[in-house]
Amino acid sequence: MANTLSRRALLGAAAFLAAPATLRAQGSTARLLVIGGGFGGASAANFARRAYPWLEVTLVEPKTTFVTCPYGNLVIAGVRQIGDISHNYDGLRARGVRVVHDWATGIDATARTVRLQGGQSLGYDRLILSPGIALRWGALEGYTEAASEVMPHAWVPGDGTQTLLLRRQLEEMPDGGVVGMSIPGNPFRCPPGPYERISMIASYLKRHKPRSKILAFDAKEAFSKQGLFQDAWAALYPGLVEWVPASRDGRIVKVDAAERVLESEFGEKHKVAVANVIPPQSAARIAIEAGLTDASGWVPVSPVTFESRAAPGIHVVGDANIPGPMPKSGYVANSTAKQAVASAAAALRGQAPTPGIYYNTCYSHVGDEYGISVVGIFRPNAEGNAIVEVANSGGVSPRGNWPEQRRLEAHYADAWYGSITRDMFA
Amino acid sequence: MPIRALLAAVLIAGATHAFAQTPAATPGPLAAEGCLGCHGPAGSGSGPIVALAGHDQAEMIAAMAAFRSNERAGTIMGRVARGYTEAEIAAIAAHFARLPR
Repeated sequence: MANTLSRRALLGAAAFLAAPATLRAQGSTARLLVIGGGFGGASAANFARRAYPWLEVTLVEPKTTFVTCPYGNLVIAGVRQIGDISHNYDGLRARGVRVVHDWATGIDATARTVRLQGGQSLGYDRLILSPGIALRWGALEGYTEAASEVMPHAWVPGDGTQTLLLRRQLEEMPDGGVVGMSIPGNPFRCPPGPYERISMIASYLKRHKPRSKILAFDAKEAFSKQGLFQDAWAALYPGLVEWVPASRDGRIVKVDAAERVLESEFGEKHKVAVANVIPPQSAARIAIEAGLTDASGWVPVSPVTFESRAAPGIHVVGDANIPGPMPKSGYVANSTAKQAVASAAAALRGQAPTPGIYYNTCYSHVGDEYGISVVGIFRPNAEGNAIVEVANSGGVSPRGNWPEQRRLEAHYADAWYGSITRDMFA
Repeated sequence: MPIRALLAAVLIAGATHAFAQTPAATPGPLAAEGCLGCHGPAGSGSGPIVALAGHDQAEMIAAMAAFRSNERAGTIMGRVARGYTEAEIAAIAAHFARLPR
């Protein structure tokens, strides 16, 4: 193992030696290839063109329209339309990004090429890989891709079909129906997301189906912004939300899509009218097939450059990586993508990377004019071998009676969505 | 670890080359990039979130100091300000002060 690592490191060093020789001349270009056009990839491509105009940037993304995960819960509640959370790549093209709508099917880290499903092969000097997550079909017995057409996950929006399916099922459900949710253990994409979803569905039910309720089964004992969410549920939706932690048999292990049954660890069968199953996840398939993931199913990366531990030269950002104490959030993907690009640009110029500072804010809507947040500021530690949260900074909104704070945070959340999507796509 | 040493040597050698190779456009400090997700591209603001572009540097430094000590009320800016060093805040403020309003 040590031998393998040394050889890998040596290969990395050799690549490093070669790069400045080819790129030393002033004005010379280099090819930055970005796989994935979501929060990590679009941010990387945009930032690369803005900050390093000498980079030739190609973005590979199969979809021509990107539907965001953030604000999907508001579409599910009927307070936003799917068009409000859909974005195209025209702005990135206008910035000079070459956008290729195709699937990246394989990476050759030695030859520095990426294969596309369409048969083309793209070469690169540095690769930013932001492939997102894969849902682990079958991790809950019976929860297959086919089952998700009956029991939507609405966690990887794709073209928006999943988000709209859950919306339609809630609209078609009779008043008095039970909405069942299955929430996975850590780590997973968007830690506060399931609880914002509970809140947004509850807000819809309270208004339109007041005899209904939500039964949320959780594989965990605790969750992001828990006190704030539970305070809000008690205040805004009394009797409407029941959250069931693992210690109260909340872990769902099996589903029966035809019968709409969620089955718990200890064999309790819950028949529900609408089932939203958020399954366990891993890094997307391309990261697994390229050998970048560890036994956890996620990609270990450098806390400074976000290069894969297994393949230096490939910077892995977004939800696919192991982010230390940072959440798998859109803002972290955006912030760390910029650090990855800066590190890639430095390497291509033969410079040492500058340690970064990583920023996160996750807003959640819990009701009308009622928003809450968690803030985190993170840095690599002095040894450069781990990411740590800056002491005495960050944290969640205050608990208690702060109506003006809640109102402002709801409005700031909307403004955040506008800003970050422009930072990616404009 | 001879390989580590080799890598370090490569990095140092690279770094000395680099001074002569300023890229065509110098990005703002990376720390300032973290602000844009809320305050908008180039710090241009977004609805109720204030623009940072063209803000007076001294005023912004003072505002961040007040947020940091909770002298100035904010929804999240107290939590944010405590994450940055004074030097970083000065660099961020200088960057936004240079951008057109």
